[in-house]
Amino acid sequence: MNPTESYQKDLESIRHLMERSVKFLSLSGLSGILAGVYALIGTFFAYRILYDQQTPFDYHDPDVKAIVIASRLILIAFLVLVTSLATGYWLAARKAKRLGLKVWDATSKRLVINLAIPLFTGGIFIGILLLRGYYELAAPASLVFYGLALIQASSNLVDEIRYLGYLEILIGLIAAVLPGYGLYAWALGFGGLHILYGSLMFKKYDS
Amino acid sequence: MKNPFESLDRILEHRLRLQIVSVLAANDTYDFNALKELLDATDGNLATHLKALEREKYISVTKSFVDRKPNTRYKITERGRTAFKKHLDALEELIRQQRK
Repeated sequence: MNPTESYQKDLESIRHLMERSVKFLSLSGLSGILAGVYALIGTFFAYRILYDQQTPFDYHDPDVKAIVIASRLILIAFLVLVTSLATGYWLAARKAKRLGLKVWDATSKRLVINLAIPLFTGGIFIGILLLRGYYELAAPASLVFYGLALIQASSNLVDEIRYLGYLEILIGLIAAVLPGYGLYAWALGFGGLHILYGSLMFKKYDS
Repeated sequence: MKNPFESLDRILEHRLRLQIVSVLAANDTYDFNALKELLDATDGNLATHLKALEREKYISVTKSFVDRKPNTRYKITERGRTAFKKHLDALEELIRQQRK
């Protein structure tokens, strides 16, 4: 091997290591698409709970009714979150295996911590909003905090995730000044954008 | 212009040492086991080169216990970062010159 080749190899290995030690590359675009689909299904059920007159509510006390509705909405949001995370993990594990990497390493641990701080803060904050009766702010707040989490996590993911974060924040803020459109904002932010971004990422990095 | 061969860093000419420093340049801190996994190196080999880098004050070491297991974390020093940058510049310069 001549010296130039050796230097070139040094530079390549540096570039590769610096990226791999910081970025979690196993996340699949497909998990974004599926998370979007789950979110749309969830929004559909939420819509029925909120607007379908046929929903058999026997409660006549409006406060009790509000609590029942809120707890069902929280359950839906929770199910969407858990299925999305489980799918994301499963697909990441498969992709990591294909790339010959470990799914659970120093980088993915850092990613989880970076995501967890804004998400937990947001979750607690939204819980407080619901308890205090600011129902219409729950959906916008979830979009804003999710967007912040994505921007925070984008340093450990492919760079494009940052722009998804900005878009989520923008949609969340618009939804916050337009009360009554929370569900549409949710469908757009968690459903539409995930499917769009997931497809772009899948095309760029997975195929 | 100065001969770029002279700007190459003697310590970083070894590939594993260069790899260690690049990981530390990109991350705040990194621990021994994660480095071992990432670089696919043996304990002994990795430890030897980490020691060498530590001796040159290119990296700093923090030892602590996590769940009663020893945990050794490494961090690049300013001296190490400067040396890394200079070495990269020299490598690029060498490649550029030899392409001519």
